[in-house]
Amino acid sequence: MSEVAVVGPQALPELEAKVERILAEAKRQGASACEVSVSVEQGLSTTVRQREVETVEFNRDQGFGITLYVGKRKGSASTSASGEDAIHETVAAALAIAKHASEDECAGLADADLMARDLPELDLFHPWPITPEQAVELALNCEAAAFATDSRIRNADGTSLNTHQGCRVYGNSNGFIGGYASTRHSLSCVMIAEGEGQMQRDYWYDVSRQGEALADPASIGRHAAERAVRRLGARPVPTCEVPVLFAAELATGLFGHFLAAISGGNIYRKSSFLEGALGQRLFPEWMKLDERPHIPRALGSATFDGDGLATYAKSFIEQGELLSYVLSTYSGRKLNMPSTANAGGVHNLFVSHGDEDQAALIRRMGRGLFVTELMGQGLNLVTGDYSRGAAGYWVENGEIQFPVQEVTIAGNLRDMFLGIAAVGKDLERRSSISTGSVLIERMTVAGS
Amino acid sequence: MSDLLLPVSEHLLAPGGLSIDQLPSLLGELAGPGIDAADLYFQSQVSESWVLEDGIVKEGSFHLDQGVGVRAQSGEKTGFAYSNAITAQALSDAARAARSIARTGQEGRVQVFSTPTVTRLYGQDNPLDVISRAEKVELLQRVDAATRALDPRIKQVTVSLAGVWDRILVAANDGSLAADIRPLVRFNVSVIVEQNGRRERGGQGGGGRSDYRYFLSEDRAMGYAREALRQALVNLESVPAPAGTLPVVLGSGWSGVLLHEAVGHGLEGDFNRKGSSAYSGRIGEKVASSLCTIVDDGTLVGRRGSLSLDDEGTPTQCTTLIENGVLRGYMQDKLNARLMGVPATGNGRRESYAHLPMPRMTNTYMLAGESDPEEIIASVKKGIYCASLGGGQVDITSGKFVFSTSEAYLIENGKITTPVKGATLIGNGPDVMNKVSMLGNDLALDSGVGTCGKEGQSVPVGVGQPTLKIDAITVGGTGG
Repeated sequence: MSEVAVVGPQALPELEAKVERILAEAKRQGASACEVSVSVEQGLSTTVRQREVETVEFNRDQGFGITLYVGKRKGSASTSASGEDAIHETVAAALAIAKHASEDECAGLADADLMARDLPELDLFHPWPITPEQAVELALNCEAAAFATDSRIRNADGTSLNTHQGCRVYGNSNGFIGGYASTRHSLSCVMIAEGEGQMQRDYWYDVSRQGEALADPASIGRHAAERAVRRLGARPVPTCEVPVLFAAELATGLFGHFLAAISGGNIYRKSSFLEGALGQRLFPEWMKLDERPHIPRALGSATFDGDGLATYAKSFIEQGELLSYVLSTYSGRKLNMPSTANAGGVHNLFVSHGDEDQAALIRRMGRGLFVTELMGQGLNLVTGDYSRGAAGYWVENGEIQFPVQEVTIAGNLRDMFLGIAAVGKDLERRSSISTGSVLIERMTVAGS
Repeated sequence: MSDLLLPVSEHLLAPGGLSIDQLPSLLGELAGPGIDAADLYFQSQVSESWVLEDGIVKEGSFHLDQGVGVRAQSGEKTGFAYSNAITAQALSDAARAARSIARTGQEGRVQVFSTPTVTRLYGQDNPLDVISRAEKVELLQRVDAATRALDPRIKQVTVSLAGVWDRILVAANDGSLAADIRPLVRFNVSVIVEQNGRRERGGQGGGGRSDYRYFLSEDRAMGYAREALRQALVNLESVPAPAGTLPVVLGSGWSGVLLHEAVGHGLEGDFNRKGSSAYSGRIGEKVASSLCTIVDDGTLVGRRGSLSLDDEGTPTQCTTLIENGVLRGYMQDKLNARLMGVPATGNGRRESYAHLPMPRMTNTYMLAGESDPEEIIASVKKGIYCASLGGGQVDITSGKFVFSTSEAYLIENGKITTPVKGATLIGNGPDVMNKVSMLGNDLALDSGVGTCGKEGQSVPVGVGQPTLKIDAITVGGTGG
């Protein structure tokens, strides 16, 4: 079904050869510089619902993308087609665009002497030789555990097992070529509880590079069921200003917003409320935010960035102060700063934390809202204004009182970051952002 | 439509040595015993985008994607595989994988193909080719320069132009055989303004199933730019939105995001077959105020959400979802229609050949009422007027939905007064729709910017509504 028969490290030499052919073709057609990314992926996705198979999907994707330069002009093209004709035509399409684009002083590849040389092995490839029948069985076990958890679990919205493996090679005409194979497996369960005149859904999941490292299917099912049942009887609370505790799996989003706000693209476009914030204290003094890109098997690990630069460990925040933006070669040039090897993003962010678990943070909060779900995209990165739909639990006297829904939480990210009272040790491990639950001193909760 | 079959099948099948004549036997391989339905979806898509920022056209990209999706269904089970290669071998491999959900057996029966006659809603030409690259670049530069000249407070202008040209062929064992050629274009302007150290953004865009000449006529491109700037300048003066439950008046057009979230998703057939929607099993019941009549209409000429036929080959239609407040029908694809024993409504859509079809909206809007919009505003003592919205989201099971404002004002004593910052509004679909107490006579559809996400698949959609008043909904500001 494609040029490459098996998706794994053994496919890398063939993909590297393809990158070289495309680079050569770009040069032949007249590009002065070029970068190419070639990938091939395959996967299996099975979903069961109400004790029956619902879908079995086989995925197989391949393709390549090129960005080429004619002097300081740039053009890009990509395709899922294969063969020499596709290479020829895709290069021609990119070149035609480059010829019409404007000259951009900052455009171009990273300098040759900055390219990554040593590429450490990150152990990202752990194929899971699971048959569709076995995948279905695991998903059925997960859902069965969910149904068995509570009689109020009356319906299901799908339990899915996904396994995916891919290979990617990136190369450019400044002499860099690098590639890796990686895997990603996940099991997710969505259940629906009925009671107190309501239907409520909730979910749980796990994701890992290694199939055998996934949480036990029954525990995922139970967790999804418990979460759905706990929401029955949810109601709004009156509008108030209170502390808000973000569950760890949602707190990752807060730091995701932070990374977006310090990304070079938003800074040079004057589209971030953190433009010009280098050296400012943005978080409490005890907080530190580190990137560690070379952790074996981690979901965000990478040896080189989207420009071919070696990734490296660094702090974005130390003692609460902003030390660095998140820069690619291009955004760095726009801001007169060196790249931080973050073309394509940050590779594993670690948020420093204290030694309280989530229950301790609920006790510490005393009275406020514990948020376990957020809805909508109510964030304005230009101003930092934040307003989103929320659901969770009302807390009084350090204890959960009742489930809450149909409220919003609002504030400004600058105030919210500075107002972080604690980060829990209940670390979220399913994201490339590692953080515990986050307690924010004060936000506006709008409700009834 | 049948006149599209020949050119589209020639384009999609011939390069891999295939022809329409071979499709029955390929479907036969797929649709063995135990398989209730099977289809093949061939697609080729070319797309491009051009982006101007900092006064220069710095980004342009072109993408070519093609492949075939192969689906087999047995009861509620679906097997699916796809391939980038459109050859007999690739189809056979994918068919074997897809039909593995049913027991193996000999070949199944395929109905004789029949091609539906449908109204053509958009042109056949490649929308990317109607103007030259030099003209595209010139258009972006012209809009940028003219926009910057409008106001000295402008700090950044981003202008983008994007086009897609899809050619699809669908063949199913129920005898459906249909082809479509689908253009889609879009133009966007985003402006950042600064005044006394305060920065705000405004954005506007539009488009539809047309070609780039759409933006050159009626001064549309500059119209978006002026609107983006106006919105940004309004936001410079904004104060924190109130927090709490208030009457809210939504402007006409894009505010139809409200319906898309509060009603639309909850009326998609899959959720209702599964009983997971707050609207499940409620056909014939009153689920909205009697002012509300809501339709999903895929048959509007040139609209972003329009399709001559859906991705399963079913002609689209205008489906009444809610009539005078009473729930009338759901939006169906073939699978959910078959399992629920109702007709398909032409709402089977997919992001691409690499994705499974699902019931999806096309253009969803509320019919006009009788009130003068000014009279609606005048009826509110203290509340919010939302002139423009950002995105939204819904939990169809609990019915809770949100949408955020991008241009909103306080209403004080029946008059629109101070602009307020963007805020999220949250409500419960059936509750909020029952609180629609006034409906304007100014039905408008959006300018053609909507993209709807569901289970990881994005499809272009349209929304619309007249000005309407909701008696009470929670507004998520920070103010008093």
